[in-house]
Amino acid sequence: MAEPVLRMKGVSKVYRVGDVEVVALHEVSLDLHAGEFIVLLGPSGSGKSTLLNLLGGLDVPTSGEVDYLDHSLSAGGDPELTRFRREHVGFVFQFYNLIPSLTAEENVALVTDIARSPLSPREALALVGLTERAGHFPAQLSGGEQQRVAIARAVAKRPEVLLCDEPTGALDVVTGRLVLEVLERVNRELGTLTAVITHNASIAGMGDRVIRMSSGRIVDIATNAKRVAASELAW
Amino acid sequence: MRAPEPVARSLEAIPGIAALETRVAVRVNLDVPGLAEPARGLIVSMPREAAGGLNALHLVRGRLPVAGVGDEALASEAFAKANALEPGDAIRAVMNGRYQRLRIVGIGISPEYIYALGPGQLVPDNRRFGILWMDRKALAAAYDLDGAFNDVAVRLAPGASMATVLGEMDRVLAPYGGAGAYDREDQLSHRFLSDEIAQNRTMARITPSIFLAVGAFLLYTVLTRLVQMQRSQVGLLKAFGYSGARIALHYLQLALVIALVGAVLGVGTGLPFAGHMLELYAEYYFFPMRDHGAILAVGAIGVGLAVVSAGLGAVPAALRAARLPPAESMRPEPPPRFHSGIVERWGLRRALSPAMRMLVRNLARRPLRFAASVTGIAVAVALLVMMTAMMDGIRHLMQWQFTVVQREDIQALLVEPRGNPAFHAFQALGGVVQAEPFRLVAVKLRAGHRTKRGVLYGLEPDGQMRRVVDGDGKPWTLPPEGLVLTAIFADALGVRAGDLLEVEAMEGARPRKSVPIAGIVDEPIGYAAYVSRAYANRLLGEGDVLTGAYLRIDDNAREPLMARLKTLPQVAGANLREAARLQFDAMIERSVGIMIAVNLLFAWIIAFGLVYNGARIALSERGYELATLRVLGFTQREAASLLLGEQGVITAVGLPFGMALGIGFTLYFVWMLSTQMWRMPYVMTGANLVGAMGAVAAAAAASGAAVAWRLRHMDLVEALKARE
Repeated sequence: MAEPVLRMKGVSKVYRVGDVEVVALHEVSLDLHAGEFIVLLGPSGSGKSTLLNLLGGLDVPTSGEVDYLDHSLSAGGDPELTRFRREHVGFVFQFYNLIPSLTAEENVALVTDIARSPLSPREALALVGLTERAGHFPAQLSGGEQQRVAIARAVAKRPEVLLCDEPTGALDVVTGRLVLEVLERVNRELGTLTAVITHNASIAGMGDRVIRMSSGRIVDIATNAKRVAASELAW
Repeated sequence: MRAPEPVARSLEAIPGIAALETRVAVRVNLDVPGLAEPARGLIVSMPREAAGGLNALHLVRGRLPVAGVGDEALASEAFAKANALEPGDAIRAVMNGRYQRLRIVGIGISPEYIYALGPGQLVPDNRRFGILWMDRKALAAAYDLDGAFNDVAVRLAPGASMATVLGEMDRVLAPYGGAGAYDREDQLSHRFLSDEIAQNRTMARITPSIFLAVGAFLLYTVLTRLVQMQRSQVGLLKAFGYSGARIALHYLQLALVIALVGAVLGVGTGLPFAGHMLELYAEYYFFPMRDHGAILAVGAIGVGLAVVSAGLGAVPAALRAARLPPAESMRPEPPPRFHSGIVERWGLRRALSPAMRMLVRNLARRPLRFAASVTGIAVAVALLVMMTAMMDGIRHLMQWQFTVVQREDIQALLVEPRGNPAFHAFQALGGVVQAEPFRLVAVKLRAGHRTKRGVLYGLEPDGQMRRVVDGDGKPWTLPPEGLVLTAIFADALGVRAGDLLEVEAMEGARPRKSVPIAGIVDEPIGYAAYVSRAYANRLLGEGDVLTGAYLRIDDNAREPLMARLKTLPQVAGANLREAARLQFDAMIERSVGIMIAVNLLFAWIIAFGLVYNGARIALSERGYELATLRVLGFTQREAASLLLGEQGVITAVGLPFGMALGIGFTLYFVWMLSTQMWRMPYVMTGANLVGAMGAVAAAAAASGAAVAWRLRHMDLVEALKARE
């Protein structure tokens, strides 16, 4: 198998909340490969988001190593992490995180303006099926549309890694499925390593691998022999 | 003037006169121990009742002169202090040509001479001019005024016509050589003090109003944001059964606490300032101000105003909290609505990057907040521009007066007009390098129904020491015929070049002549009329006389020359240009300097507060958005520039606007502060404008840096979680 794109070795993350120390991740090791579609499953507080934040360069581990190809993410300072996010990572959040003062197209352009060889904002919106809504502001879009804009924004820079934290968490079934179809398409057409956090177990069938977490540890990594298309997921 | 005492009865009979006090007042030469040059003095007879009546004296220390004792004098506090005179000291006065030793028995002040300007002086020189009070009998005897008076003060009955009474008094006193009665408005000390008080009143209204308005605005934005952030708590409280009024009250109380803490801090730092200012005034004017209760009252008013303005700022936020529907307020706030607007309408879409569009739309979404912030910055700049312009104006005025107009070293005054030998005597004095004679005479100028008192300067037509110089720096050659008026004087009389004026001399035979106005000169100071000395002498029907001379001296010979002048009985006094200038500089430094420093501080606080507050609220409102940008790969600098870009635009728009506003303020103040005695010049320098904008920009940058620091230390993961 090829070298992993992202690699974690013995990673722990401890937060201090007031006087209490919370161990969010405990000695986690994990390799993620190019083009993979990963589903991260687990209950609230199991450490999924912390894992994603470390993989995306939003945070650094308390101990252990996080590497992107041959770059260390655990040793980098803010400028290095910012550059990593800027050049290689796309993020999708549960609450879309669109800039309210910018239209759909402008939200995408915000990222393409600072990327090296991006898709055009129009292309990115076409990829998520929102060409028609390019001139609308977030407050004028439905939740599903907003999330698709967020995906377009995340993939427009052609990232190596796409990290999605509960992308369907705030959406109804039909809309959620639509969003997952878009993620699937991006993974397939652009070959982007995609990791999706969810606590909806029915999504698990979509992934190449399904990682289950509990209390800050990986308890199981299962490989699906055959990926189920998003449109065929039983919700 | 010499009027027998019974004439007072005729004056009393004039309808409209409620009280009257006759006096003897004489101008004398003083020989003050320790002062090289002669000083001038005005000796006034003691009022009948020192503590009551008109122009009551206030004894500061020592005692009043005893009636019937001829060598005791009460000295004005200003004069005593400047010359380190204490009760028990003695000075010598040349009274009616004879030296007389006077014992200072007390130090006092009078409302009549709070601002005591000696002859030929532009600013009080308390070292060289002082007021003394003596027993009337001895004074009258020395001047052959037994049973007579040469000065009278009058109080009008309520409702009496000033013009009628003045006219009647002039009519009654004319046969005795009356020099003309005048309104208190025209009394020098009163006039100057009234102007000063009016100026202070203007300043005291404008600056604090601006400050309080800015404070109210800041409180408004902070509380509005706070209500927004606490909407879920508000919803919860409402769900528990708290009424809207109760919740509104909570926010009002919060504002009250803020206002009170601020007011206590303000009063705590302000009162010592106020005390200092009062001391300065007390020191400069010798006001008997020992009433610190008044300061406390001012403090209380300050607290009241702070509370009221804080309340005005807090009410909108409190109302908003009161009106929040409980169910809605417990959900997170919906994303702010934006729609196509300015960017599209102005066709800026192509010109602006998405980041710039964010900035423009965010500003455009709250036009009132934008306008208020821009106005605040502009006001801060304007305050600085105005204060600096005032300072520059005064400096310019003095520079003008002391280097362009007045170029003599000493102005020597004669006791009475003398012929040319007196001038040759000046020329012959050791140390005198150059001398120019002048003829000064107090005059009344009449144009139609308007009458103004002023001084007629008879100068050498091409004089080099006291010049008549136009606003553009061009010296005039005085015409052989007719007079040249200062613009202030011409305005007050409503006359133009070519008009005829009636000139009445206030001395000698008091001739009246009709004189053509040869020109108007744009001089900033005073009611002056200039003629050639020869023409002045013709007007007055006198021969070739002078009342003094401007002297340029050899600096090394200064001391002996002063001592010599002091011994010359015909010399009434000498004004030193340099002394006047130093006097003035000291005054400016002490009073105006403090005002400038305080206003500089005000402007800084306003600018810093506005920008910090604006950026801090933007950070709070849009922390989530900024965190998102950081996640998307925006560097700290890029995110900070987006956040601070808005404040930058506000500042950038505010600066030139403030420059314009500052010029407007300055013009207004130049107009407001131009008194009857002098006109404040409008001086606007590039250094002032650039400096003011630079100072405010620096304050803005400093507060921006403070917010950028917070942004740098923002926890991205936390900021993304916090949806509020």
